[in-house]
Amino acid sequence: MSAIAKTLNHCTPDPSPVDGAHSLTIALAGNPNAGKTSLFNSLTGLRQKVANYPGVTVESKSGLWPLSPMMPPARVIDLPGLYSLDATSLDEEIARDILLGRATNIATPDVIVVAVDATNLVRNLYLASQLIDTGQRVVIALTMFDRAERSQLIIDAEKLGDALGVAVVPVVAKRRRGLAELSKAVLAAMTQGVSAIKSVELSQEVDQASRHSRLIKRYAFIERIVSDTAETGDHRSPNFSEKIDRVVTHRIFGPVILLLVMLLVFQTIFSWASLPMNLIDQVFSALAGAVRTYLPAGILTDLLADGIIAGVGGVLAFLPQILMLFFFISILEDSGYMARAAFLTDRIMRAVGLHGKAFVPLLSSFACAVPGIMATRTIENPKDRIATIMIAPFMSCSARLPVYTLMIAAFFSGQKVLGVISVGALIILGMYLLGIAVAVVVAWIMKRTILKAPAPPFVMELPAYRMPSVGNVAHSLFSRSTVFLKRAGTVILAISILLWALVAFPRAGSGQPGNPADAASVQVQNSFAGRAGRLIEPAIRPLGFDWKIGIGLISSFAARETIISTLSIVYNVGDDSDTNSSSLVDALKNAKRADGSPVWTPLTGLSLMIFFLLACQCMSTVAIVRRETNSWRWPAFMVTYMLALAYVASFVTYQGGQLLGFS
Amino acid sequence: MTLDMIPKNVMARVTSVTATDAHGLRLMEMGVVPGAPVRVVKAAPLGDPIHVCVRDYHLALRRAEAKSITVTLHESSDLD
Repeated sequence: MSAIAKTLNHCTPDPSPVDGAHSLTIALAGNPNAGKTSLFNSLTGLRQKVANYPGVTVESKSGLWPLSPMMPPARVIDLPGLYSLDATSLDEEIARDILLGRATNIATPDVIVVAVDATNLVRNLYLASQLIDTGQRVVIALTMFDRAERSQLIIDAEKLGDALGVAVVPVVAKRRRGLAELSKAVLAAMTQGVSAIKSVELSQEVDQASRHSRLIKRYAFIERIVSDTAETGDHRSPNFSEKIDRVVTHRIFGPVILLLVMLLVFQTIFSWASLPMNLIDQVFSALAGAVRTYLPAGILTDLLADGIIAGVGGVLAFLPQILMLFFFISILEDSGYMARAAFLTDRIMRAVGLHGKAFVPLLSSFACAVPGIMATRTIENPKDRIATIMIAPFMSCSARLPVYTLMIAAFFSGQKVLGVISVGALIILGMYLLGIAVAVVVAWIMKRTILKAPAPPFVMELPAYRMPSVGNVAHSLFSRSTVFLKRAGTVILAISILLWALVAFPRAGSGQPGNPADAASVQVQNSFAGRAGRLIEPAIRPLGFDWKIGIGLISSFAARETIISTLSIVYNVGDDSDTNSSSLVDALKNAKRADGSPVWTPLTGLSLMIFFLLACQCMSTVAIVRRETNSWRWPAFMVTYMLALAYVASFVTYQGGQLLGFS
Repeated sequence: MTLDMIPKNVMARVTSVTATDAHGLRLMEMGVVPGAPVRVVKAAPLGDPIHVCVRDYHLALRRAEAKSITVTLHESSDLD
């Protein structure tokens, strides 16, 4: 499968793996929620690599595991979770192809370590037994062994291993229990032959009946082994998780808790993240100021201060929000709450023809549509998946926040409704709700037209609640921020420099040194960016935008947040040349049209926010949709319909607002 | 009797999965095979999906899917 070759081409294949001189390739497989990620983190520590997007389609992690001091560390590939080798989703297909050595560019794994949840033996052993039957070297890591012990589940690991013909090692990843034994078992597996025990012959038959009968036989085989080697708990009495669920998915408390959780997440992002963001902003403004003070005036100083420093600052200012959002997302996922959220929301999602599983990708899209769209891979039905992808960019992602924040700071700051509720908060809430409402309508229409399909099945595991591990959360934050800095950082920095150049070139003749502000204004008007802005001005005037905003719109088609740096550059250039250069907010407030009327009014600000909410101004999203749908058709469609929608909505806002007497 | 019909918190055993499509296969791969112990825990606040306990783990599925799973209520004698 060539998609996989492309997907994982960052992994260098190992030529000859078996002898000790070369490092081994180990695949880490297991059911979803089997504790695979914890195990991977404990084995590899910080020696891991997360595949970057948009270059790859599946987020595949690999890391180094020092098996023994005698040999180079083994390379561990953390595969997407799968229930069986008969893949039904793309994630599972990829995992299966790597496990079976069908993926080009990836060496067939030398050893497969299967994470088997000790508290859910029978179902977890299904995949393990399929893997054993493929004739590869398999070692079973019996995860969450402490939980099994606590719930008085007694498992004879050795006997289980004998019955299956492979080594079974109890581990508790968080406490690093059993990891040394696991290394030994992997090394031993390299020298021993593969298991001769075959539970059910694998065959190439594909007809349903024989598949079912083999499946049932395999379960019977596993049940027999498990009843011989483990004393299973009592499934009649509700366990700890079920008791928590009595509250968490309660008819009344459930939705209330979900609402509170969402509220906490947003409150954190909006109020707490602003502190570090302002700090970063101040540091970089000071830095740019210092550059201007100490370096001679000239094109290089301009490039450094306005292009590079402003660009880097713009990138870093995002980090606090992204970190905080992924902090919550990883806690919600790690604790098992995400699945409950899908359980609670499935009925609502189904009303628009979507799946409860779409809830998580859509929620993630509030941080960034790119990981959100990638998360849709867990949705098996392709039409549902595309519908979810198509509406994901309507979720107000963190890149819109700087736009909202700037507009609110400029035109709605300090205003209150009923004396307590800030208008700014209401507007932001309104933007989120509008995005959701538009998404619902669009999904509803799509599911009845171009993506017509019967309601998809909803079968989802509700994993046992567990304490989110600090390590897992930290790993997730680390990988998210690196990915963001690499992906968005480089793009935004490059665009920031490019835009600076678009404004700085072609150079206006510095004929009269008279008034610097005038000279700067002439410079912008004659620059490439100014010309492009003027070109589209007639089209955007009905939305309340002038050509300077036009420049911002053009540049923000690469990434929304770049409008801030664009406006900074555009307005700084045309700024008063006083030593106290005014901030962007003041610059916006003071900007005047030729007739002396203000360019920006609260209505302009609102119109701009709505445009930014609805238009697909994000190269990375386009790139990821192209990857995920494997065609240019869907991303092209997405950009077009979202732009049309944004234009109409802004038009209605601005013109309607004026008719109603707002300004 | 199908899984969507049985009362809450009553032990039952799966007798068959009638869905023959990919989703029926998925249910079976997840351990919903004839003989597996199953119990309905609750319904979601809006009545659907339902939360069931299969073997040693918990699963959410829609009533439409639950309809394709036929079950028989447990007799106390084969509880253990």
